[in-house]
Amino acid sequence: MKITEKEVRYVADLANLSLSEPEVHKFQADLDEILGHVERLNEIDTTGVEPMAQVLYAGGDTARLRADRERPPLGTETALANAPQPGNGYFKVPKVIER
Amino acid sequence: MDIRSLSIGKIRDGLLARRFSAVDLAQETLRFAEAQNPATNAYLQFSPERALSAAARVDAKIARGEDPGPLAGVPVAVKDVILTKGVRTTCGSKLLAEYVPPYDATAIARLEEAGGVVLGKTNCDEFAMGSSTENSAFGPVRNPLAPDRVPGGSSGGSAAAVAQGTAAVALGSDTGGSIRQPASFCGVVGVTPTYGRVSRYGLTAFASSLDHIGPMARTVRDAAVLLQTIAGRDPLDATSAEAPVPDYTQSLDGNVKGLKLGLPREYLKDLTSETGDLIAAGVETLRKLGCEVREIGMPTTDYAIACYYIIATAEASSNLARYDGVRYTFRSQASGTLSDMYRHTRGEGFGAECKRRIMLGTYVLSAGYYDAYYLKAQKVRALIARDFARAFSEVDAIVAPVSPFPAFKLGEKIDDPLAMYLSDIYTITGSLAGIPCMSVPCGKTAEGLPVGMQILAKHFDEPTMFRVADAFERARSN
Repeated sequence: MKITEKEVRYVADLANLSLSEPEVHKFQADLDEILGHVERLNEIDTTGVEPMAQVLYAGGDTARLRADRERPPLGTETALANAPQPGNGYFKVPKVIER
Repeated sequence: MDIRSLSIGKIRDGLLARRFSAVDLAQETLRFAEAQNPATNAYLQFSPERALSAAARVDAKIARGEDPGPLAGVPVAVKDVILTKGVRTTCGSKLLAEYVPPYDATAIARLEEAGGVVLGKTNCDEFAMGSSTENSAFGPVRNPLAPDRVPGGSSGGSAAAVAQGTAAVALGSDTGGSIRQPASFCGVVGVTPTYGRVSRYGLTAFASSLDHIGPMARTVRDAAVLLQTIAGRDPLDATSAEAPVPDYTQSLDGNVKGLKLGLPREYLKDLTSETGDLIAAGVETLRKLGCEVREIGMPTTDYAIACYYIIATAEASSNLARYDGVRYTFRSQASGTLSDMYRHTRGEGFGAECKRRIMLGTYVLSAGYYDAYYLKAQKVRALIARDFARAFSEVDAIVAPVSPFPAFKLGEKIDDPLAMYLSDIYTITGSLAGIPCMSVPCGKTAEGLPVGMQILAKHFDEPTMFRVADAFERARSN
């Protein structure tokens, strides 16, 4: 077995994802099968190969920064328009610190 | 005027000859699309106000004697992962069911600037994760050519709209095959341009080192014209490429004599017999056109799925972290503490496939596993890219199947995630290498299911890719 239900719960916790019991069982089986397939990467010798984080074109820059000039921002009202709970110009969340 | 077969060129001619107005065309297409939509569920919503005001701008330009732009009056369907200011953009997710973007994606701004008319937003797998469009929170899309079958995915709604004739062209997005595979299943043209060729500003991020926006159309020419209008450097996307955009229509001259094409033998071994026969016939057509086709070896092909599903899920687990109940419309009612709110919002909001990929991505990035999985996959990715570089030192382009099989039945693979992932085998390799690749119709099975041929070229060599696809399309229609 590549992954246990205990590890599934641990990973769900890292990902801030609440899972039901049936989901824990299902994902244990699914991830186990997928990780089993992924094992085949170990058949390839990658000694001395640089990891490729981004597609690299032959020659030329792949990423370039734009000129550092001011642009009008979205503005508070627009930025909050999709918030589930806006208030006083802020995103409201459940209380974190008790007084 | 038959809306279902209108091309960009015919629309332009009709507008300039004053046979119809852009507003007439937009209204008629909207009416037709709304009537047809229940059969496929291709559109999640229409944007009539936006469409009619864009069309009116085109008509006003024509009335003033100005050039109305290369996409003048063209009805465009847009995959619902691409942001449209003021028009709901759901990404096929319950989490974003009410999300109204405050800005336009650059691709949208550019196509409207060119005279394009955005008709509405198309259905897709949730956050573009899937190969069948069955992972949408708003119900699956049906293949317009075979209603009991999937249209492919994740850009299944865009492919179905173009095939059904409820849009002239469409925008899709592709991370591992999400434009090419549905194009193949629905019998239309789908293009994944070179990584960085089209700005992703306003494309909802899935896997940032692999995400692309690209055109879908009924002809190679229309796909080339649409790509032309959206391609090029964008200061708002640091990964968009500086390379100049050539005039793609110049390469649509039918002249492929002497071009060297590679046929990777690893891409031929798992095809259904009908797909294999159609691809073989397609290769024969290219030979008759004067192409020199030779078998080539791509030894890393068998490792591409494993490599992709590590890299794509790792990036997805980071990109989807932002959907936490604070900023984007949906928040679970079962929220006690801040931490509970995050967990329940995500648990209730994401569908099964997104959760599975978040889990896999979080796992492969977690302490103790990073080197064994993520770093290893990035090294294998370099070897896959090297396979392509070696191939392109010998051939001008590569031809291959898009998918091992034609459109499968709704429900057939949804309970077997690995089988679903394995169906992306021939499209994922090109995505990992970041090269331009496209699907062009190659014929139909006895049952009438379309099969696409894939054409892949070097970075930024869209002209050669389009040249081959266009010559092939002409030969097939003769």
